[in-house]
Amino acid sequence: MPDDGRKVSVACTVNGREHTLRVHPLARLLDVLREELHLTGSKEGCGEGECGACSVLINGELVNSCLVPALQVDGARITTIEGIAPAEALHAVQDAFIEAGGAQCGICTPGMIVAAVNLLERVPEPTEEDIRVGLAGNLCRCTGYTKIFEAVVRACRQTRPQVKA
Amino acid sequence: MRSYLYEYELVSPPNLAEALALMAREPGAWKPFAGGTDLMVLLEAGKLPHKKFFSLWHLRELKGIRISPEAVTLGALTTYTEVLRHPVLQQEFPLLWRAAAETGGVATQNRGTLGGNIANASPAADSPPALLVYDAELELVSARGSRWVPYHGFHTGYKQMDLRSDELIRSLRLPRVTRSRKHYYRKVGARKAQAISKVVFAGVAELEGDVVRDIRIAVGSVAPTVLRCVRTESVLRGHKVNPATIAGAQAALAGEIAPIDDIRSTMSYRRRVSLNLLEDFLQSCLDSKR
Repeated sequence: MPDDGRKVSVACTVNGREHTLRVHPLARLLDVLREELHLTGSKEGCGEGECGACSVLINGELVNSCLVPALQVDGARITTIEGIAPAEALHAVQDAFIEAGGAQCGICTPGMIVAAVNLLERVPEPTEEDIRVGLAGNLCRCTGYTKIFEAVVRACRQTRPQVKA
Repeated sequence: MRSYLYEYELVSPPNLAEALALMAREPGAWKPFAGGTDLMVLLEAGKLPHKKFFSLWHLRELKGIRISPEAVTLGALTTYTEVLRHPVLQQEFPLLWRAAAETGGVATQNRGTLGGNIANASPAADSPPALLVYDAELELVSARGSRWVPYHGFHTGYKQMDLRSDELIRSLRLPRVTRSRKHYYRKVGARKAQAISKVVFAGVAELEGDVVRDIRIAVGSVAPTVLRCVRTESVLRGHKVNPATIAGAQAALAGEIAPIDDIRSTMSYRRRVSLNLLEDFLQSCLDSKR
């Protein structure tokens, strides 16, 4: 039986809601989100920080949640794919992925969208190189990336009509 | 296979003094855990032999970049993202900036730290060649006090370091140089992003016309540790860059590196590429546009 004495209290805000969790300090943030909080939008691809399917934001910074131990999010503000847009609405990046056909099998999509949202927050008018660098940590085996890049360009055009593609 | 989590501990000392006290109480028992970009991979793969860790992530004493007229001092917890956002580093230490840009993707750059990159002691690490050619020094702290050591010589063998069991890397110092220098960095991997290097090469040189006044060369993934190539440097120092000296330097470098065949590349490829990069670096020194 697991030794509950090794669990610690971790207080954090996830998608605007405060939580106090009893977890092993080395539990992966990905597992805490999926199994304790039932936020299953973040996916596990590689489990070693290579694919980006588990991307979430901690205090606004992009991370691979499979590589973050639960202890280190004590006091943090976490945003998952479920919190990217309020309630039933879609974020401009999500709309653009639908319109551009940026999703196929869907496993990379939540991480790709979280990374794209983070990119546009840091670089509101990205060049194609900025998009490639911003999404370099997110692997997709279906789309060939072209439609994903199109979706990001479309999303920033929508929020900033003056941007040239 | 995944590790059984309950065999492991991760504690969170509230400040540096408590962390050092923990290390002093049971030397060797507790190891530092920074951003987790290496240790979490090993944990998930069931390949993390050590069991007791303490988290550094929240320790302010290990954070921040300070600029003085003589040096830039970086806390050991400085992330690649913090390196990329610092204008003085981009301007004066472009090889460190390039190394940060070529380490993983954004998510890894937000969590990976310079101190972690050094202490993980991989011969394929991206930032150590840049730190070596910029004559970095490390501040090592323990409950007994602190000492500064040159980074050159810190790695004593494969995954071995001149770091006592109760010591922690607190900061890194890079001396600022106002003289004009040539900077050269190339990471050769299987793909452009998210790759671990087959060969990583950093060079910095001061020239007077075509004569090498001073030069530093460091190469990764070609020896049990990241290697500062002092014999190759000494062949070049004081000499004109021309085909004969380039050939002589390549011969020296071939004798200095000791690449192996492994999952990422082969001995012969690494040797050939290292010599080619040396030539490219030296040619770039002559080219005012590069």
